[in-house]
Amino acid sequence: MTAPVLEVQGLKKYFPVSTGGFLHRRVGSVKAVETVDFAIMPGETLGLIGESGCGKTTTAKLILLQEKPTAGSILFGGENVVELRGDELMRYRRAVQVVFQDPYSSLSPRMRVRDIIAEPLEIHTDLSRAQIRERVIEVLQLVGMQPDVADLFPHEFSGGQRQRIAIARALVTDTQLIVLDEPVSALDVSIRAQIMNQLERLQATLGVSYLFIGHDLAGVAHISHRIAVMYLGQLVELAEATELCAHPSHPYTQALLVAALPAHPDDPQVRLTITGEVPSALAPPAGCRFHTRCPRAMPRCSQEMPVRKEIAPGHSVACHLYG
Amino acid sequence: MTPLLEVSGLRTHFTSFGGTRIVKAVDGISFTLNEGETLGLIGESGCGKTTTCLSIVGLLPTAARIAGGRITFGGQELTEKTSREMRRIRGRSIAMILQDPMASLNPLFSIYRQVAEPAYYHQAMRGRTLRRRVQDLLAAVRIPSPAQRMRDYPHQMSGGMRQRIVGAIALAGGPKLIIADEPTTNLDVTIQAQYLDLLKDIQRDTGVAIIFVTHNLGIVARMCDRMAVMYAGKIVEHGSVRNLFNGARHPYTRALLGSITRLGSKEPLYAIPGQPPNLARLPSGCAFHPRCPDAVPRCSTEEPPEEGFDDGWTVSCWRAAAEPARKEYDRTSA
Ligand SMILES: Nc1ncnc2c1ncn2[C@@H]1O[C@H](COP(=O)(O)OP(=O)(O)OP(=O)(O)O)[C@@H](O)[C@H]1O
Ligand SMILES: Nc1ncnc2c1ncn2[C@@H]1O[C@H](COP(=O)(O)OP(=O)(O)OP(=O)(O)O)[C@@H](O)[C@H]1O
Ligand code: SF4
Ligand code: SF4
Ligand SMILES: [Mg+2]
Ligand SMILES: [Mg+2]
Repeated sequence: MTAPVLEVQGLKKYFPVSTGGFLHRRVGSVKAVETVDFAIMPGETLGLIGESGCGKTTTAKLILLQEKPTAGSILFGGENVVELRGDELMRYRRAVQVVFQDPYSSLSPRMRVRDIIAEPLEIHTDLSRAQIRERVIEVLQLVGMQPDVADLFPHEFSGGQRQRIAIARALVTDTQLIVLDEPVSALDVSIRAQIMNQLERLQATLGVSYLFIGHDLAGVAHISHRIAVMYLGQLVELAEATELCAHPSHPYTQALLVAALPAHPDDPQVRLTITGEVPSALAPPAGCRFHTRCPRAMPRCSQEMPVRKEIAPGHSVACHLYG
Repeated sequence: MTPLLEVSGLRTHFTSFGGTRIVKAVDGISFTLNEGETLGLIGESGCGKTTTCLSIVGLLPTAARIAGGRITFGGQELTEKTSREMRRIRGRSIAMILQDPMASLNPLFSIYRQVAEPAYYHQAMRGRTLRRRVQDLLAAVRIPSPAQRMRDYPHQMSGGMRQRIVGAIALAGGPKLIIADEPTTNLDVTIQAQYLDLLKDIQRDTGVAIIFVTHNLGIVARMCDRMAVMYAGKIVEHGSVRNLFNGARHPYTRALLGSITRLGSKEPLYAIPGQPPNLARLPSGCAFHPRCPDAVPRCSTEEPPEEGFDDGWTVSCWRAAAEPARKEYDRTSA
């Protein structure tokens, strides 16, 4: 059996919250990520889906070492990356890259495309200038851009083109995993399809893995092999994308499926049975965090937190309905 | 039946750089809307959707002006109204809901005051009747415990609740037409689904007509009876949602429909090559020709006229008359 590219175990991130005032009294913490576990295989796309504030970006930042986990481990080649130093840390930083949602703020406006793409090579490798030049041209062509754009500045490009530049930069270091945090949400519909197809083609040729974050189930399911569903900091269901769409098992996943927009006016339309708003991550409900909105909640749900269990091979759910 | 709203040949232009640059944001569009009907206005960023809406409700920014065409609503010619008359129409018969609810709410005023305003000014309601009315409106948009929540201020509400408050204000004057400009773009999917269900319920109960601006075809499939597809300031195809989803006549509409991700499908998406056009530097002839897979030589020089088909279906494309309506392209990717 092949080993995963990256494995996340019992990941937790609490952000302290303090009152204004000069004493900065700590009044509690936002439980942004709580006990998240998953593995990403070579050449695989793992989709991460859930509503605003459920902890998707925080999970991404933990993997990218932009935040320190409160607990848990991130395993890369069997080692916990939080403890990596020196060459080993450099190797990790080369292997894992990111593309953010906003193609306008994520590229430095004063740098030429060439230097934006070359930056990770300059920081994390000791390639010569000639080698770097060659590599930059190579990745630009990979993402379907002409080499002569290398001398332009980001403002000379449209949103979709900037996102291609960001992807080129993420690929430049022989990357093994790219974290894609809502990479197409800010783009026009016709451009979204271009970028999604490009990402799929790159994966087919390079074998790179993706952690694809999004909140549109149809889009995430299209590109992902497996999908992890998050609700209020917790991973509530994990399954193959096709299995998840055919047999959504957690009541929240079922709601996401009902809420997904139809692809045709004659598609059956079901009314959403969940009501209310997502509770605050500052004071998440006790027991199952979904019980305040769950149409199938039982007395036990408000007391006991369900643990994620396998209900079919490769399909796990955290819900008391399944034992 | 005379339509509730009839827009014909509407042209709205932005003038900048001391009149030297003109952007034809809306360039000769026509459509009608009947009572109780929902029209989806769809197209990519910058194609003129918002400008169309603002032209109808008389809220254009100062750089823009209506350069031609007519907007007839309930028998009245709106392009000839004074701004005072338009304010009255907005308070009573046409309501507008914007993408960002905070742009329509005043952070300094309570929810009560803002929801009460139209009934106070336009229907002269006062005291307990007015309070009852506000509570009813908040209940109609499913705000829990309205009597308490109406004392709150906008910042105490979630994004989804704020958008529903804006909905309550829109309903306050008992409108005949609601124009909703991407009202759910900033909402979470489950909150969006709740909001769309709510709009449908309101429409069933009141018979209000809705223009729904969106770039999301799934919303059109769920909400609308008819759709108008805009490209570079023009409506390139207009017809019943079912007809267009079953087989469109304009290549751009087909391309948009081909780029929808279907739940559970792994087929590659159809991607339109190229970028949406810049309205200040429009291509000659048919504005879509640089991206169009079906273009013929005349497309780059002559603008296609609008052709009419059954069912009020109109298309502006040189090849529409010669070819049957069809589904998306073969999903070869661009
Ligand atoms: N630096 C921080 N300090 C305090 N709280 C934070 C911080 N960063 C994130 N949070 C909180 O953690 C929770 C998770 O946030 P996160 O950005 O990970 O959500 P998300 O799933 O990416 O949401 P979205 O879909 O809106 O991007 C939220 O409640 C957020 O307010
Ligand atoms: N104040 C302005 N001055 C000059 N041009 C403007 C101004 N506001 C808008 N425009 C132009 O008018 C065109 C139409 O803009 P509009 O806001 O109607 O588009 P839209 O279809 O609503 O786009 P979006 O989906 O991004 O909301 C755009 O191309 C824009 O460049
Ligand atoms: S554990 Fe209970 S409340 Fe939570 S999702 Fe399952 S049934 Fe609903
Ligand atoms: S007129 Fe020509 S370029 Fe325009 S949409 Fe039709 S075929 Fe394409
Ligand atoms: Mg995020
Ligand atoms: Mg707009």
